[in-house]
Amino acid sequence: MSAIQIIPIEWYLLLSTVLFTIGVAGVMLRRNAIIIFMSVELMLNAVNLLLVAFSSYLSDSKGQVFVFFIMAVAAAEVAVGLAILMMVYRNTKSSDINILNKLKW
Amino acid sequence: MITTYLFYLLTFLAIMFAIRVVSTKNPIHSVLYLVMTFFAIAGHYVLLNAQFLAAVHIIVYAGAIMVLFLFLIMLLNLNKETEPHKSVWLKTSAVVASGLLLLVLVGALKGASTIQATNTFNPNIGLIENLGKTLFNDFLLPFELSSVLLLSAMVGAVMLGKKSIK
Repeated sequence: MSAIQIIPIEWYLLLSTVLFTIGVAGVMLRRNAIIIFMSVELMLNAVNLLLVAFSSYLSDSKGQVFVFFIMAVAAAEVAVGLAILMMVYRNTKSSDINILNKLKW
Repeated sequence: MITTYLFYLLTFLAIMFAIRVVSTKNPIHSVLYLVMTFFAIAGHYVLLNAQFLAAVHIIVYAGAIMVLFLFLIMLLNLNKETEPHKSVWLKTSAVVASGLLLLVLVGALKGASTIQATNTFNPNIGLIENLGKTLFNDFLLPFELSSVLLLSAMVGAVMLGKKSIK
């Protein structure tokens, strides 16, 4: 017995929304660039969970293939983002994003 | 019945660990809580009949991406609390703003019409055979393009990580 026949999809919608909101709160609350990056990963995963839920409920495997692509893009994003963070740390000796305010209006 | 309890347990764990990711002071603990969140999400994938995706999720996220995060934190020696605190006013307004976002999203989703499945129910959809057929029939070009994306990301990361560019 899988979850699809028992649990209504609204609960998965709610769970994904809550996880996404926690990610948004993390981006707004923290100043450490690495933790902000992890909050972005959390938001990506909330969306992935929702895609898998819809894919299973509609019996359409295209949604799960989309999740693959999101994972590939997330891996690329993490590689480049962490390299940028390392360069920022090398130049400023800190991972605080409030130092990086040259582009702030 | 046991599926419902598993759903509750995994949901509780995912949300609690996600909150800990955001609220913990030590970045290392934050990474480890995020790994636990990913395990809970992988459990949800298994409940949703997406077994292959659950395995890939654990391998890619918990195995590769989070290890990269840990590696960076240890390389930069950030494993102590160095983060300056935001003011209480800013923190409160951030929590209130995200709570309002949650309220808006839930309200928007509550009024949405429910979906109707057009396909007949197929529990084997998350198995590797069906996923591979879809991936290589309908999504062949994006699949090849993602390899180019990964290559360019690798080159970019190497370029950024070098000491100085001559």
